[in-house]
Amino acid sequence: MLSYAIATLVSGGVYAILALSLNLAWGGAGMVNLGLGGFFAIGAYASAIATGAGAPFAAGLAIAVVAGVLAGLVVTFATLRLRDDYLAIVTLGFGEVIRLVALNERWLTNGADGLSGIRAPLKPELGLFGFNLFYLGLTTLAALVILLGLQRLDRSPYGRALRAVREDPELARFAGKNVLRFKFEAFALSAAIAGLAGALYAHFQSYVSPDLFAPLITIYIFLAVTAGGVGRPLGALVGGYAVMAFLEAARMAVGYLPGLEPVQLASVQGMLTGLALLLILRLRPQGMLPERIRPAPATP
Amino acid sequence: MLAEIAQALANGLLSGALIAVPAIGFTTIFAVLRFPDFAVASYATVGAFAGWWVNVRLGMGVVPILIAAFIVAGLVGLVAEHIALRPLRGYGALTVAIGSIALNLVLENLIRFIFGNDLHGYDLPLEQDLNVGPIRVGPQQIQNLGLAAAVLVLVFLFLRYSRFGRAMRAVADNADLSRLKGIDPGRIAGLAVLLGAGLAGVGGVLLGFDTSIDPLTGYRVVLAVFAAAVLGGLGSIPGAVAGALALGVAEELALLVVPATYRSAIGFAAILLMLTFRPRGLLGERSV
Repeated sequence: MLSYAIATLVSGGVYAILALSLNLAWGGAGMVNLGLGGFFAIGAYASAIATGAGAPFAAGLAIAVVAGVLAGLVVTFATLRLRDDYLAIVTLGFGEVIRLVALNERWLTNGADGLSGIRAPLKPELGLFGFNLFYLGLTTLAALVILLGLQRLDRSPYGRALRAVREDPELARFAGKNVLRFKFEAFALSAAIAGLAGALYAHFQSYVSPDLFAPLITIYIFLAVTAGGVGRPLGALVGGYAVMAFLEAARMAVGYLPGLEPVQLASVQGMLTGLALLLILRLRPQGMLPERIRPAPATP
Repeated sequence: MLAEIAQALANGLLSGALIAVPAIGFTTIFAVLRFPDFAVASYATVGAFAGWWVNVRLGMGVVPILIAAFIVAGLVGLVAEHIALRPLRGYGALTVAIGSIALNLVLENLIRFIFGNDLHGYDLPLEQDLNVGPIRVGPQQIQNLGLAAAVLVLVFLFLRYSRFGRAMRAVADNADLSRLKGIDPGRIAGLAVLLGAGLAGVGGVLLGFDTSIDPLTGYRVVLAVFAAAVLGGLGSIPGAVAGALALGVAEELALLVVPATYRSAIGFAAILLMLTFRPRGLLGERSV
């Protein structure tokens, strides 16, 4: 029971980091990334493959971050000049392509069987329970550090400029901001955070497979950011944990429904997720913790 | 090699014609409502299952299947849009687009709840392949091509000559101006969703004729549908047809050198290339 709680909290932390990533691109700069699951997968596979080849754990995390940034550059290269709905379509396609590559390039990813036996840092030294606790601390710490960093960014002149780009790119351009560079950087940083989340997840599970990165995970993270409050990092963090709690609760509640096939139980859970997202969008689009626009400090 | 290329061209045009039908549906909704409706995937699946039900349970033939698919998918789309997406319109196009993803998840799982994950096949007679010179085509493919072409002609006639079709094009062209002329944008939006979702449903059936259907039928083709619409230029109906045919041919030609498992990645590559060099698409409007 305790280890179940710990595992859920670790996953919640990973979701929270992903939500922070999405919130930076979507809430910060107004760029919808429907391929978030793809960036998550890239980080997970990059770190799994690198540490499998002998790299230390920390290097694996760094490689995951770099891989995420590179993927972000590929996606934004062609689309940044265009309207936001094009980015939505392209990122959706990107997520699918990553899943196809993970499924088909057996030499690299071992195909549908996935990669198992990914190194779990300090597991032999700490034992199973100690490792779980250590990893819970690590994930939570990572989530908090990213949260603080993004809050700091939010309050900085850079964050204000980013929001100006989101609200009115024309005006921001008129005010002398390089709109494309802001979007480019925000998306790359967001992709880096998603890659880090993937690596953290892979080393905890010791296993990755293409199934884990189904489009569904992207929807979960959209639910997290919307529920928490688009545009506010703390909201995204809270939303990430809240979605994990919601998913676990839905899974347990659905288990009590009598007389249904397993397929039907899974489909009820899917419907609940979709309905939750629709309801939040409609009833409380500002989320639990609405964005606060601080007045800019007075110039001396 | 030449024969292979000719075969690839023929296959590409045949499969492109099938993608054109749901691609027109997607682009019609985009032209009038100005958001990418990701729920077209589930509309296609709904249509495919409605057609399957009419076919297997009621023993009906091809034309009733298509009509049932159009009506059921269109009505499901209309009702779902009205309940789930219309209230979100005030929050901007991206919010509606995200809402449409959630709606898609709900509808897809509703179908899964009713029909399960198993594959379902249509009960239609099988016929031998034909050889035209060095090129081999199946009668089923020819029939699909004919059906897709008939649907496309009907849509064009509707948009070009009927009152509703003209009103729809007017709204797509300039919503404010058409409101001044007394066109009710709400009704036209509803009509666009009915038409778009119905066409997605017909597309789901046409694609299911060749293989079999399951709750992910629509999801599997939706990337090709988006790719076709973007290639042709979002919001342009002739563009969606041109984009679908171009995509079909590009897929088949690429499959001469790329493994078949990467078929849906080709649409993605095509979009990236198109957006880099000609962002408005083949026949589209401004996209910046």
